[in-house]
Amino acid sequence: METKNKIRVLIAKPGLDGHDKGAKIVCLALRDAGFEVIYSGLHQSLDQIIRTATQEAVDVIGLSIMSGAHLPISEKLIAMMNKNGLGDIKLTVGGVIPNRDIPTLKEMGVAQVFPGGTSFDKITTGMKLLFK
Amino acid sequence: MGVAKYIKDERGAIKEVTYQSGIKVKPAYGPEDLENKGFEYEKDLGAPGEYPFTRSIHPESYRSRAWTTRQYTGFGTPQETNERFKLMIKNGQNGLNVAFDLPTQMGYDSDHPLAQGEVGRVGMAIDSLKDFETAFAGIPLDKIGSGLTINGVATIMMAMYQATAEKFGYAKDKISTTPQNDILKEMIGRGAWIFPVEHGVRLVGDSIEYAVKELPRSNPVSICGYHIRESGATPAQEIAYAFAIAKAYIDNVMERDIDPSDFVGRFSFNFNVYGNMWEQIAKFRAARKLWARMLKEEYGVTDKKKLFLRGLFGGGGSGLTKEQPENNIMRGAYYALGAALSGAQTTALCSFDEAYTIPTPRSALLSLRTLEMLMDEVGLRDTVDPLAGSYFIETITLEMEEKIIEEMKEVEKWGGMVKSISNGFIQRKVSRQAYEFEKGMQAGVYKKVGVTPGGQRDQADGEDDTQKTDVELHEYNEDWAIKSKANLEELRRTRNDKKVKDSLAALEKAAKGSDNVMPHLVKCCHSYATVGEMAGVFRDVFGEWKEPEFY
Repeated sequence: METKNKIRVLIAKPGLDGHDKGAKIVCLALRDAGFEVIYSGLHQSLDQIIRTATQEAVDVIGLSIMSGAHLPISEKLIAMMNKNGLGDIKLTVGGVIPNRDIPTLKEMGVAQVFPGGTSFDKITTGMKLLFK
Repeated sequence: MGVAKYIKDERGAIKEVTYQSGIKVKPAYGPEDLENKGFEYEKDLGAPGEYPFTRSIHPESYRSRAWTTRQYTGFGTPQETNERFKLMIKNGQNGLNVAFDLPTQMGYDSDHPLAQGEVGRVGMAIDSLKDFETAFAGIPLDKIGSGLTINGVATIMMAMYQATAEKFGYAKDKISTTPQNDILKEMIGRGAWIFPVEHGVRLVGDSIEYAVKELPRSNPVSICGYHIRESGATPAQEIAYAFAIAKAYIDNVMERDIDPSDFVGRFSFNFNVYGNMWEQIAKFRAARKLWARMLKEEYGVTDKKKLFLRGLFGGGGSGLTKEQPENNIMRGAYYALGAALSGAQTTALCSFDEAYTIPTPRSALLSLRTLEMLMDEVGLRDTVDPLAGSYFIETITLEMEEKIIEEMKEVEKWGGMVKSISNGFIQRKVSRQAYEFEKGMQAGVYKKVGVTPGGQRDQADGEDDTQKTDVELHEYNEDWAIKSKANLEELRRTRNDKKVKDSLAALEKAAKGSDNVMPHLVKCCHSYATVGEMAGVFRDVFGEWKEPEFY
């Protein structure tokens, strides 16, 4: 019965960056905190991410970006989510994110930003808070 | 990351020390420890420069030559990178270590839709020989060797390097390049793979075979325990997995009826240096010995020089912290000290701002100066392997050897490295370890200065360490993409299309059959075929890898 209320998260690695340690350990942390976790695998196009999010009916998309391209990628994905009627899905971004970019990301519509070094506790609580 | 586990009593005295590789450290060591391990001078140590090379591959090591410094460099267009190369060389760096942007690493041209936002970001953007001509202009390619940090399309970049040298008038037997070219480690960590495992390994085999015959001063492969460690492997696994990968490449080349003695001397390695210093030193000493022994006993290699474990020991990226970034200057210096005490032949040091972005000129030079101090001021050149004979170091070197062998046996039990990667066993093991370690960090089980005073490292919202300290950030410039795309357009308009088509057709034929692709790639480069076109041929023929999706 619990499972019905589990938050479904898609952890996605957009683009060409292949550093996936962060994404994978966050998947494990979310799983241990009671989330249902889907991991996209590497080198995902934004189209693929939209498709997976739709098929898996997720509540949250968590992007993991280490290359520095978080601003253009997030902007484009948000536009695509809106176009595809996925505006109700929350978007979070993690990875190598300088703090100065956090306000820009939030203005774009990113619900939470988790720069490298954020504790698992803060990530899981932050994600749960999105649905309170 | 990478620190040992300490169990302390209520007064803070250390009760138990366990290294990541599983070695337990005693409060003191004496002759009885060596006796218990069956330590024998000739078998386990020997003179520097003598089998099994535990102490050094060279009899006088740094006495005869200081280490080669190769800071990882490259960003923006080839023009910007060329300027940074020249800055580093002018400041005393004696080798290059080239960074490529992600589109280049993944075999896409700058105008490919997937390249959007990434052109020139994490390294320089290369589309064709024209770009290499710009990047290496004015660099004496017969004197300066270049490491090319690229894997999926390493064959293409190696061919491009040769073509550039030829254009500049350097004979191919005078140039020295070390493409990273270790596709199996990309599949464990770092993730810049393209083709399915067997095709990836074939390309590595092609480049080794070609280098043996055509590029006598080049090292066709640099096997990277480095990234495997960054992904969560222990120091013992770092070495064990790198050696298991080396065996996979050796087997592929042996299938071409080439004797291991003809090529293993060209293998180079890239290992990490962060973490507990003694554990790193034991790791490198054990690794030199095990590599030599493996080649001698399993592959019948007898020529001394071909038994050397050569390579770049350095970096330390995962040990650096985003919190209090200036601490990384000191932290890096200690990692470099560990590398020097381990006899690193070539080295590099991650810069203190790398947890934020790629280094600024100031931070890159700081790293270079740190490395120079060890050689020129502190005394690391004075004598070879100064720690030899220490009861502690020799004991843990033997223990490290046992741990590495254990890890290698597990891979063999799983059916070898190719199989262990294809079915995801290694990736799964490594990422779970990374998770457990990170949990321990966050719980304060492992201590990291400036990060885990009491186990809590979250900063208050809005607080930014880059603002508290004077970390300047390397800025990404959108113009780089515009410039690269314009150059590419110009190239497509002005080159000889027939030559391009013919060379690509010949490449396709070689890729489909069993001919070595390298000579064809050199021709493609000379005809100004683009990286995307050459990689496109491989994509069509080989397809792309589908990774086992474990986390």
